[in-house]
Amino acid sequence: MIRIDSVTKRYPDGTVAVDRLSLEIPDRSITVLVGPSGCGKTTTLRMINRMIEPSEGTILLDGADITKQPVNTLRRSMGYVIQNAGLFQHRTIIDNIATVPRLLGWSKDKARARARELMERVGLDGALAKRYPYQLSGGQQQRVGVARALAADPPVLLMDEPFSAVDPIVRKGLQDELLRLQAELGKTIVFVTHDIDEAIKIGTMVAVMRTGGRLAQYAPPAELLSDPADAFVEDFLGTDRGIRRLSFFPSTGLELTTTAIVAVDATAEQIAARATPDVPYLLVTGLDGRPLGWSAPGDLTAGAVDPAELLPFGRPFVHGEESLRAALDGAVLSPTGWAVAVDREGRAAGVVSQQTIAEAIRTAHAEGRDAAKVAG
Amino acid sequence: MSGGFFHIPSDLQNTYFGLVGLHLREALIPVAAGLLIALPIAQLCVRLRWLYPPVLGVTTVLYAIPSLAFFVVLIDYTGQTETTVMIPLAVYSLVVFIPAIVDGVRSVPQETLDAATAMGLGPVRRYLQVQLPIAAPAIIAGLRVATVSSISLVSVGMLIGNQGGLGNLLHDGQIYHQNRLIWLSVVGTAVLAVLVDALLVLLRIALTPWMPRGSGSRRTKAAGARPGTDTEARPEPAVTALEDAVR
Ligand SMILES: Nc1ncnc2c1ncn2[C@@H]1O[C@H](COP(=O)(O)OP(=O)(O)OP(=O)(O)O)[C@@H](O)[C@H]1O
Ligand SMILES: [Mg+2]
Repeated sequence: MIRIDSVTKRYPDGTVAVDRLSLEIPDRSITVLVGPSGCGKTTTLRMINRMIEPSEGTILLDGADITKQPVNTLRRSMGYVIQNAGLFQHRTIIDNIATVPRLLGWSKDKARARARELMERVGLDGALAKRYPYQLSGGQQQRVGVARALAADPPVLLMDEPFSAVDPIVRKGLQDELLRLQAELGKTIVFVTHDIDEAIKIGTMVAVMRTGGRLAQYAPPAELLSDPADAFVEDFLGTDRGIRRLSFFPSTGLELTTTAIVAVDATAEQIAARATPDVPYLLVTGLDGRPLGWSAPGDLTAGAVDPAELLPFGRPFVHGEESLRAALDGAVLSPTGWAVAVDREGRAAGVVSQQTIAEAIRTAHAEGRDAAKVAG
Repeated sequence: MSGGFFHIPSDLQNTYFGLVGLHLREALIPVAAGLLIALPIAQLCVRLRWLYPPVLGVTTVLYAIPSLAFFVVLIDYTGQTETTVMIPLAVYSLVVFIPAIVDGVRSVPQETLDAATAMGLGPVRRYLQVQLPIAAPAIIAGLRVATVSSISLVSVGMLIGNQGGLGNLLHDGQIYHQNRLIWLSVVGTAVLAVLVDALLVLLRIALTPWMPRGSGSRRTKAAGARPGTDTEARPEPAVTALEDAVR
């Protein structure tokens, strides 16, 4: 565990970048430092590997003061990833990744073998090994940055806005990749970002900092969204935190209507049997069970359903796997106001109305409050 | 060797290609010495920013001293020898090397240095393994200018008694009224400069496989095509060299 104990950083020009900050960073989880520009995130992160020395306070790593070991030993036990990757432009990808193992005295062959293994781990094609950084895309370079940080298998990973220089689609991919890697590797990760959505997506714990280097709130993401500590945090979270909070509620408990589904080759009797007064539309599926679109029962002619005539069904959600947010999104996007639930294979599992989703949200909130009461 | 196009008057006590060898030695040793002296001075200038302007000033003043004035002072100590010719040449090369190295080392992106520090490279490793290799193109650009100018400057050595390599032929050409000797000197020096420069270009290409392909005029295009990387384009070596020479 990393313990930041009442740390203050005052730069020579008098700027107080970090003000009496205390944080306990749990092992094997992702702790995110988030806040507006200039609030002291980078300064905090760099005090952990002693690229910056605190003016006051101490930082403990597994109970021991980090100043008690040689600084380069400390740094080699902590991977460091930065924006734009900061790769060595004069070294090949494989040698970039092998840097720390080489510093630790590994043989060239062993270091390179390890580097190849890591390239695979972070999803880089082995054919890139002998290339130079300028020959890679921004997203690939960032993966190399992550591989390089992981090369000597350090227990701690420090990441300073690692994904903020790539476009949103690549960023989402890198975030998912990091979560997948973390599930495999279980590092203690301290992750800096100014993007609250990124913080909420990847953080196990999120520390919101405010300008002047003070801690505004330190909480798991769901708690941050449900109970922001003050107006600053609330404002920083943005307007739709109610909706975003739904990401933390699973769609498992959502009761699906399974009767309102007919296959594209349904007979007139089947259509008539499925059309009930409380379901104004029927979902038509292909022979493989995948949803094709909505139709009013009266508009369906048995044996002659034209998929092109059906109403679009928006974005289906994977029942039990995706959150209430995805379900609500699906319902809002669907012209009928009903969301389509699918199983993992994409086959229609049922449909659910906005009213039912709203009911589930109320229940989830109530349970959340009860859980908070029990915990508190 | 006697007779023929390359025949050299006997007072020079050498063959044409002997003079070429002499010329090269007198031109290249000072450049090498200049580089070795410039490296630590430049590193000091990088570390102590305030030191850089005065150091540049001093090298410029030294560069402005005519070689003849150097010879007059040095002859009392080192006599009419090659050394007397080589010392000013080494001093002149500093005016090119120091800015080339300082700018080269400073052009290393801050995030690259931060990454090196964060990975536990100490200052020495950081200098040798990161800063110097990345500064290599700029340093070699400086090396090219220093070498070519040194090759052309060696000829003045003839003024202190046939210590000017191919330059010695100029004097003989005059006293023997043989234009052939003057041509041999001038063209020989130029060919030498071009050949050595070409070798240095090859050296640069060999040492920096990591630079985007096609330096020179195609350089900007290559830099523009770099996906996702830093947009700062390094100036072409020739431009750096010219800028350095102007300083
Ligand atoms: N070397 C320095 N000297 C003086 N002040 C500094 C120095 N480095 C940072 N600061 C100041 O300290 C404060 C915190 O800087 P820091 O880089 O930690 O912010 P940050 O949260 O990482 O910001 P960003 O999101 O923009 O990266 C800022 O006001 C900054 O101007
Ligand atoms: Mg920062």
